[in-house]
Amino acid sequence: MAANLIESIVKILFIFSVNIGFFSPILGWVERKQSALMQDRVGANRADVCGFTLIGLFHPIADAIKVLTKEDFIPEGADRLFHTIAPFISLTPAIITFAVIPFGGQYELFGHHVNLIIADLDVGILFVFAFASLASFGSVLAGWSSNNNWSFLGGLRASAQMLSYEVVMGLNIIGVIMVYGTLRLSQIGAMQADFFNWGIFLQPVGFVLFFTCAIAENKRAPFDVAEAESELVAGYFTEYSGMKFVMFWMGEFLEIVTIGALVTTMFFGAWHLPFVSDQMLLNYFRFAGPNGAASLAIVVNIITFFSKVIFFIWLQMTIRWTLPRFRYDQVMRLGWKMFLPIALINIFITGVVILAK
Amino acid sequence: MIDTLKRKGGCSSCGGVDDDSRLLGGSVILTKLEAINNWGRKYSFFQYPFVTACCGMEFMSVCGPKYDLDRFGAALPRFSPRQADLLMVVGTISHKQAPILVKVYNQMAEPKWVFAFGVCAVSGGFYDNYATVQGIDTLIPVDIYVPGCPPRPEMVIDGLIKLQQKVMESRWSDYPKGASPVSNDK
Ligand code: SF4
Repeated sequence: MAANLIESIVKILFIFSVNIGFFSPILGWVERKQSALMQDRVGANRADVCGFTLIGLFHPIADAIKVLTKEDFIPEGADRLFHTIAPFISLTPAIITFAVIPFGGQYELFGHHVNLIIADLDVGILFVFAFASLASFGSVLAGWSSNNNWSFLGGLRASAQMLSYEVVMGLNIIGVIMVYGTLRLSQIGAMQADFFNWGIFLQPVGFVLFFTCAIAENKRAPFDVAEAESELVAGYFTEYSGMKFVMFWMGEFLEIVTIGALVTTMFFGAWHLPFVSDQMLLNYFRFAGPNGAASLAIVVNIITFFSKVIFFIWLQMTIRWTLPRFRYDQVMRLGWKMFLPIALINIFITGVVILAK
Repeated sequence: MIDTLKRKGGCSSCGGVDDDSRLLGGSVILTKLEAINNWGRKYSFFQYPFVTACCGMEFMSVCGPKYDLDRFGAALPRFSPRQADLLMVVGTISHKQAPILVKVYNQMAEPKWVFAFGVCAVSGGFYDNYATVQGIDTLIPVDIYVPGCPPRPEMVIDGLIKLQQKVMESRWSDYPKGASPVSNDK
């Protein structure tokens, strides 16, 4: 019992510190450097502590200090309660969804069964979707409670876009569920121990659609019509300043990580190296004794998983700085008239193939 | 400034270096916090580009690959004044435009700074006529004046570094309190 408790607390602390402590500040820096790279610039590199600049890694800290000490503004006529809680609503789901994403296999460590996932729910995927849809409340409430036309339009656009793309995303997932026969993300991960069982080979169309819809769901360019600077000032968070405004960004960044993790788990072999199963890892590390082998295997699992996640983060950043923004009607047309039929056909073909096998 | 640093044996970015009267007047913790605060602010200007005329070309150049204002942490444009720290007034401000500028300035959340970019924003420039505001400091407080028609990017960067020094030297007592100093119906 105590061991279980310790295991859970360690896992929660680990994921929390990786997400809040590492990814969310570092992604601000990555985004700036990536944009600088794409535009042939140097990017932020001047913030120094005692003369050390560390290629600009202090800039996120400077930004954090600045936004924390910036005036917190609530516009006249705004709904104070909803205006205040909206950023929290949009930040929380991005953190919570990580609870059901496995970042490693299951091992025996000191006679205790370790499962590298915080909550091994048997409806893992549904949990992810439930919380992903909660995130749209954040944008809608932010837009509505600000008492500002631009915010309101941004909130409307955000809700329409998120709802439409969630439909397609859900239909994509059905293909994955049919192939693997389970909703439990840790099982989906475990089934991809064999390289040719990776989701990308079984559901290639599903991967492309899911990845695109996930970016659209996150409202990042090329799908950032909800904050479209050229049309809506700053979209649904026009009236937010200081830390609350940055919370929307943190939510966005953490969602990038979550999307990377989901794509890795469902389509890119989760924590597995190609052609290397967990059992093979344990055999490699046999020299370290059973506990040592398990610990080393856990470390390899975690490094593999987060390397893949970081790759997908990089991919999303590159897409964001490469493509121009779609027009609003184009976004809607893409979602309903192209992705939805393709997703349905994908399900049909998946079904036929499974029956034929 | 450098001399003071040497005498105190402090470090320009992390040290609570201060002049003597301040050291006697305030506590050490207060000075430190002030320094960290200023350090964060000086490397994190989110600008509001208020671009009205030809200086905009030079503004694009200074933000672009060759000169890259982002190196100083000052390239992130926020088009909502609530999220911006640095109001870049780039170009000629006509009397028709003046109320808009004042409104944007008032909408910005504290702390905020104003950067007069180009001689038109500084003093009206050669538009010495009835249509042009003779310098935006007749409307709103200005922190840095960068003359030139248009100013060279090097001058703008120099101006930004001067602004960073100014931010570094600001004190708690300088931080604005109470109502906005400029009213909308000017
Ligand atoms: S200072 Fe010169 S370049 Fe700049 S806006 Fe005025 S006229 Fe144009």
